Amino acid sequence: MSGAVQPEERLAATLARLILDPAAPPVRHIAVGAASPIPAAACWLVAKSGHPVRLSLLHKRSGNPFTEGTRELFDLTGQGRIDLFFLGGGQIDGQANINLIGTGEWPGAGVRFPGSFGSAFMYFMTPRTILFREEHSPRVLVPRVDHVSAPGVSPPEVFRRGTAQALVTGRCVFRFEPARARFVLESVHPGESLETIRAETGFDFDAPDQVVVTPDPSAEELALLRGAVCDEMVETYPEFCARVWARKAAA
Amino acid sequence: MTQASLEALAASVPDGALLALPPDNSLPSVALAKALMRRGAKGLRLLGVPVSGFATDLLIGAGCVAEVQTSAVSLGEAGFAPRFSAAVKAGTILLRDATCPAIHTMLQAAEKGVPFMPLRGVVGSDILAHRPDWRVVQNPFSETPDPILLLPALQPDVAAVHAVMADEAGNVWVGRRRECATLAHASRRLLVTVERVVPGNMLEDERLAPGVISATYVEAFAVAERGAHPVALLDEYGFDAGYVAAYARAARTEEGFRAWAEEHVFNRIAREAAE
Repeated sequence: MSGAVQPEERLAATLARLILDPAAPPVRHIAVGAASPIPAAACWLVAKSGHPVRLSLLHKRSGNPFTEGTRELFDLTGQGRIDLFFLGGGQIDGQANINLIGTGEWPGAGVRFPGSFGSAFMYFMTPRTILFREEHSPRVLVPRVDHVSAPGVSPPEVFRRGTAQALVTGRCVFRFEPARARFVLESVHPGESLETIRAETGFDFDAPDQVVVTPDPSAEELALLRGAVCDEMVETYPEFCARVWARKAAA
Repeated sequence: MTQASLEALAASVPDGALLALPPDNSLPSVALAKALMRRGAKGLRLLGVPVSGFATDLLIGAGCVAEVQTSAVSLGEAGFAPRFSAAVKAGTILLRDATCPAIHTMLQAAEKGVPFMPLRGVVGSDILAHRPDWRVVQNPFSETPDPILLLPALQPDVAAVHAVMADEAGNVWVGRRRECATLAHASRRLLVTVERVVPGNMLEDERLAPGVISATYVEAFAVAERGAHPVALLDEYGFDAGYVAAYARAARTEEGFRAWAEEHVFNRIAREAAE
C-alpha cells in the first residue's frame, strides 16, 4: 500500500472527527444503515482509536446485533439508545431537507429513487445525524428538494431530538446551523475552493472569510484504516476493501 | 398447518391479495415469488416489510402486481430495482410510499388487535401528505401542543417467508429474524417455504424455541431447497451477488426481463420434468 491518501480515507477521517466533536451530543451507540462503507469505516476508526463506542451495523452478516430485524433499530432509536445515524439523499437542499423519493411529479415521474427507508423517523429521533453524499453537484445539492422524505428542521411543537450536524461530500464539509436552517462551509477538500464549491452547489450557504482545507488523516489514522478498520470491514464490504485498500476477502 | 407443494402454495394466493414480503435481508421466499409468476398471478398488492427487494422486482416485471406499499425498493449493491423503476415511470403500478418504522407499527397494531398505533417523527414529511389514511392528532396525554402520527392497523391477506426448517408439528424456524413473527401474527394467512423438514417439535428445544414461529400461525408450508436464493439465508448460504447483478443488467429492458424469466423462472419446470 503506497502512502498517498485516498479520497475515501480522507472522508472517513473527516467523518470520524465529526463523530468525536466535543461540542456535539456524546456518542455511545452508532447505527450504520444501508450500503455505507465510508461511514462504516469512520465508525470503526473511532472505535479502533480507543473510544468506547458501540457500533450496530445492520448489514453485517455475522455478529449482527439485532434479533428483531430493523424493527429493533427503530425501537432502539425511539427509546433514545441510538446517538448518531448517517443519512444521504438523492437530493439535499440548503435547509437540510432530504429527498429519497424521486424527482418530478410524485412519486418520482422524473427519476425514481429507491424510497425513504427509515429517514422520516430517524432524522427526528436521533440526537444527531451526519448527512453524507459523495456526489457534490447541482443535481444533488439543490435549492429546494422536489419531495421531502424527511425535513431538515421542524416547528417547535413537533417532537424532535436533533438535526443534521454536518453535510460531508466528496468536495467539502458543511456545518448545519438548525436555528437558521442554513449550512456554513467548514472546509474544502484539497483541489477545491470557495469558488468551485459555489459553482457545484445548487443552494446558497454561508462561508467564512478564510476557507480552510480539510486536513489529511494522521499517520496513526491511516495505519488504522489500512489495518484494523479494513480487517473489520472486509466481510461486509469486500468490493470497497478491494478497491481502496487492495485487500481480498479470505476465501 | 399442512405440508403442500410449492405450486399448491402459489395456487392458494388469490389474485388481488395483499401479499406481505420481507426484504432481502429478512427471509423472503423467492421460490414462492417465482411460483406466483408461473401461476400467472394478477393484481397482487405487495407490502414491503418494511422495504422491498428482488422478489418484488420479479413480480412487478411479470405483470403480477397492481400496487406496492413499501419504504424503499432496491437491489442493494446491484442498485435500483429495474422493473420497479420502469413501472413507476410508466404509471402501471400504484405506489404507496411509507417509512420503515411506520410499516412495522401498522403490523404491530394488527398483531395486538387494536385499530391504530402512534409513531414519533414523520410530521412534515411529504410521505404524510400522500397518505390520507394516516392521521396526525394532538397527543391526548400532553397539555402542551404535541402533534403525533396515528397509523391504522394493517392486516395482510397473506404473508410469505422462507424459513430454514419446519418440524413434524408444523412449526417453522426463522432464527434471529424474529420480525417475521410479527408479520405472521399480523397476517390472516402465513405461507412458508423451507429448506427441509426435521423430526420432532422444535418448541420442546429451549435453544430453538425463541426462533420458532409456532404452527398456530402457519397455514401451509412447502419444501423449496435454496428457496431464498439469490438472497442469503441466515448461516445456511450467502447472498449470490453475481446472480442479482446479472438480473439487474438483463432486466433493464422489458425484453431482457422476459428472456431472463424464461430461463430462470419458466423453464425450470420443463427442466425438472425432463429429469
